[in-house]
Amino acid sequence: MDTRQQVVARAGAAFRSGRSRPLEFRLRQLRALERMVKEKEPEIAAALHADLHKSECNAYSFEIMGVLGEIALMVDKLPTWVAPTSVPKNIMTLTDEVYIHHEPLGVVLVIGAWNYPFVLIMQPLIGAIAAGNAVVIKPSEISENTAKLVAELIPQYIDKDLYPVINGGVTETTELLKERFDHIFYTGSSQVGKIVMEAAAKHLTPVTLELGGKSPCYIDKDCNLDIACRRVAWGKYLNCGQTCIAPDYILCDQSIQNKVVENIKKTLKEFHGEDVKKSPDYERIVNKHHFKRLVTLLEGQKIAYGGETDEATCFIAPTILTDVSPESKVMKEEIFGPLLPIVTIKSADEAIQFINQREKPLALYLFSNDKKLIKRMISETSSGGVTANDVIMHYTLPDLPFGGVGNSGMGNYHGRHSFETFSHRRSCLIKSLTMESVNKIRYPPNSPRKLDWAKFLFLKRFNKGRLGLIALALLGAILAAVIKWPTLEEKK
Amino acid sequence: MNPYVGLVSSLRTAWLTGKTRAAEHRVSQLEALGRFLDDKRQPILDAMASDMRKPALEVELSEIILVKNEVNYALNNLSCWMKDEFVEKNLVTQLDTAFICKEPYGVVLIIGPWNYPLNLILVPLVGAIAAGNCVIIKPSEISSSTEKLVAETLPRYLDKDCFAVVTGGPAETTQLLENKFDYIFFTGIPRVGKIVMAAAAKHLTPLTLELGGKNPCYVADESDLQNVANRLVWGRCFNAGQTCIAPDYVLCSTETQEKLLPALRHAITQFFGPEPRESPDFARIISDKQFQRIRALLGSGRVAIGGQTDEKERYIAPTVLADVQPSEPAMQEEIFGPVLPIVTVPNVDEAIAFINSRERPLAMYVFASDSKLVRRVLEQTSSGSFGANDPMMQTTLISLPFGGIGNSGLGSYHGKFSFDTFSHHRACLLRSMGLEPMNSLRYPPYSERKMGLVTSTFEIKRKGTCTLL
Repeated sequence: MDTRQQVVARAGAAFRSGRSRPLEFRLRQLRALERMVKEKEPEIAAALHADLHKSECNAYSFEIMGVLGEIALMVDKLPTWVAPTSVPKNIMTLTDEVYIHHEPLGVVLVIGAWNYPFVLIMQPLIGAIAAGNAVVIKPSEISENTAKLVAELIPQYIDKDLYPVINGGVTETTELLKERFDHIFYTGSSQVGKIVMEAAAKHLTPVTLELGGKSPCYIDKDCNLDIACRRVAWGKYLNCGQTCIAPDYILCDQSIQNKVVENIKKTLKEFHGEDVKKSPDYERIVNKHHFKRLVTLLEGQKIAYGGETDEATCFIAPTILTDVSPESKVMKEEIFGPLLPIVTIKSADEAIQFINQREKPLALYLFSNDKKLIKRMISETSSGGVTANDVIMHYTLPDLPFGGVGNSGMGNYHGRHSFETFSHRRSCLIKSLTMESVNKIRYPPNSPRKLDWAKFLFLKRFNKGRLGLIALALLGAILAAVIKWPTLEEKK
Repeated sequence: MNPYVGLVSSLRTAWLTGKTRAAEHRVSQLEALGRFLDDKRQPILDAMASDMRKPALEVELSEIILVKNEVNYALNNLSCWMKDEFVEKNLVTQLDTAFICKEPYGVVLIIGPWNYPLNLILVPLVGAIAAGNCVIIKPSEISSSTEKLVAETLPRYLDKDCFAVVTGGPAETTQLLENKFDYIFFTGIPRVGKIVMAAAAKHLTPLTLELGGKNPCYVADESDLQNVANRLVWGRCFNAGQTCIAPDYVLCSTETQEKLLPALRHAITQFFGPEPRESPDFARIISDKQFQRIRALLGSGRVAIGGQTDEKERYIAPTVLADVQPSEPAMQEEIFGPVLPIVTVPNVDEAIAFINSRERPLAMYVFASDSKLVRRVLEQTSSGSFGANDPMMQTTLISLPFGGIGNSGLGSYHGKFSFDTFSHHRACLLRSMGLEPMNSLRYPPYSERKMGLVTSTFEIKRKGTCTLL
């Protein structure tokens, strides 16, 4: 069994061989991953079920479909994205080649999370491969069946040296973080995010941190409560509440609190029937540690609905808590479970204030018929992303960057944002060795005349109109023809 | 008690009022910055002359013109940059509005270095203001005249509630960094970059680090090397070599070294006369510490050109060291002075291997008329930026991102890249309450049929296939 250092070193050597760079190679790896997902769908679903009691439908919708969509997008767009990007030139560079060259970073470390253990490894992996990197993959040990499966499958389909899978717990991950990487992509808690960034700082390694927080959900008096509550219930109890962008808590007026509770209750019965424990579509808490953590959050709370728990199966029923105090434990940490606190506020302004007094969340949700109010609440708050009049859905559009801000993270990915996250944009200016007369303006000995020319050539004027490129070219031609500089004496 | 808690807190209060978000406020602050550059032209020239005897043309070009360009470019483009960026939707979101909203982060900290003490705080400041943030500016204490000018006069031009200048040395900067910022922009050396990033990690503060390294300069075997020499000397001697993107060392064959030396000598004489010390167009080293550090490097290889120094004036002559060994001191640290070591390599493959065995630099240069060779070096190496046949000019193009990679930095800026650097890109999806039947596909209880429908409505259609609706 190779050591961690050996595995990472081998990935580095494989990267330096250059074989992960050619477009054809990247596309081949991506297509192989696509085959893997399609061929091993039953195994993947089985692992997800073993880890989280995820139903096959849920596994497909949230873990597999997203991955296939991302691969299809990459394969389609990658040839465009890898091509150098030409950029506008100035007078001094009219005859030169000026462009941005997209390059891989090197060896990327992807650390996954346990709640969507497959997609949260695969999606960053896809982006990193598309950008031409080597990738060390570290699935979460908590979702152990998926971790084991990933370690078995990945080497069967894609390059073993370039994309090794390393499994292990906290100790192993801490050791792994001592190695030097060229980018670290971490999904998980804010607390561990700080540890990852601190480790990265030792090597000046850039990081993308997909963290979490308490995503607020404001429900206005003026909205279709029936629909709003159905959408909230769907997003909240998906994956038994273990979703980083689940609506964490509700903010609403006292007068509609009861209606909200009734609507969610009704919706849950539609979703899961009378006995949610028997529903094949309802997941379980990932392990005893989180189960116990969630049970303590219930202490002292007014349970308007649900509240049943069963430690043996890590079952917690979809639960609604009313008249929750902002100071209570359930409002102090990201819930990450099927407990939905309702905190009453008197107005949208109070909701805005409430939200702004807290750490910036990964997602913000608002329900209202009043478009102006929605615009105002968005502009007066901050969050990773926003969905208005629904929850979660901004995650599903690949052209939208998915990421946090402040305590909920830094950087983003999905689609082309993944490609950009895992690429270096190298600025290139290709000049010729001739045309020295143009350069002479900037050489010493300096003179007021040279300064005037420098100002003319370099200074952008603040104006609304623009000189056309043709006019610039004309200017450049005149410049070259008219200016006579004392030539440097040629060496004899 | 941290001495900056009050200041950071007051800026955060100003930030929460939303004042800096308004386009009018951003424009007014940018215009004020432009006026500062116009009004204070002479004091700027004087301060730079005092700090490192920077020649007037260099100050005009690098500290005034390039900064004004950024101000004007931001003013010209701000309304366009601030606009929401609409994105492609899938079937289920067809009737919704999906866009990326560019938002300020909040309270930003900009820490500047001493070598281009105005440019390297004001250009990031342009980006931070354009993006709608409040900013604390920490100029370098080493370029003390410029620090004084900035601290005394810049605040008079900007909104005092939203922008502040903090002065001090490493101790003060360390204390400043203990506070929580929403973004940190640091320009300086890698060692301090690590300290800044570790401090940022405590608060999960995103950052940009503009660092440095040894920028290699491969010179191919060319028949005429005079133009190469001119450009090399210009790049190496601008600001007496105290430029993060200056050519740091040359890699070439022994034959080319022999041809290059007289061409370099010729260029130096043309630019600075027979006695560069008397030229008004050649700067001085910023401090005694830096002077002594660079002087100690003169023992590497052999002094082929220059080598004269004057401690009192902190003058180091434009110097070329020939036959330098990779293990010698001049090849162990970023030179940041007017000294150009030449390391001989037999061919371009060796040069590439040499470059790749070291930390990735901020810039890399190749001098060759063979475009295939240029291409090969580009493809087989990595660096922040890349220039063929001319040093440094890539950074004067506002349309190119400026930044490092690996040890030379993370993140980038200039032009729109500055605006993007200081903005949070917030994904926004505004849905309607209608079309609930479509939504019901995603609700439990699940079924095979639902799964098929979910797949087709959620995926983005590739071009060329027709969409329903």
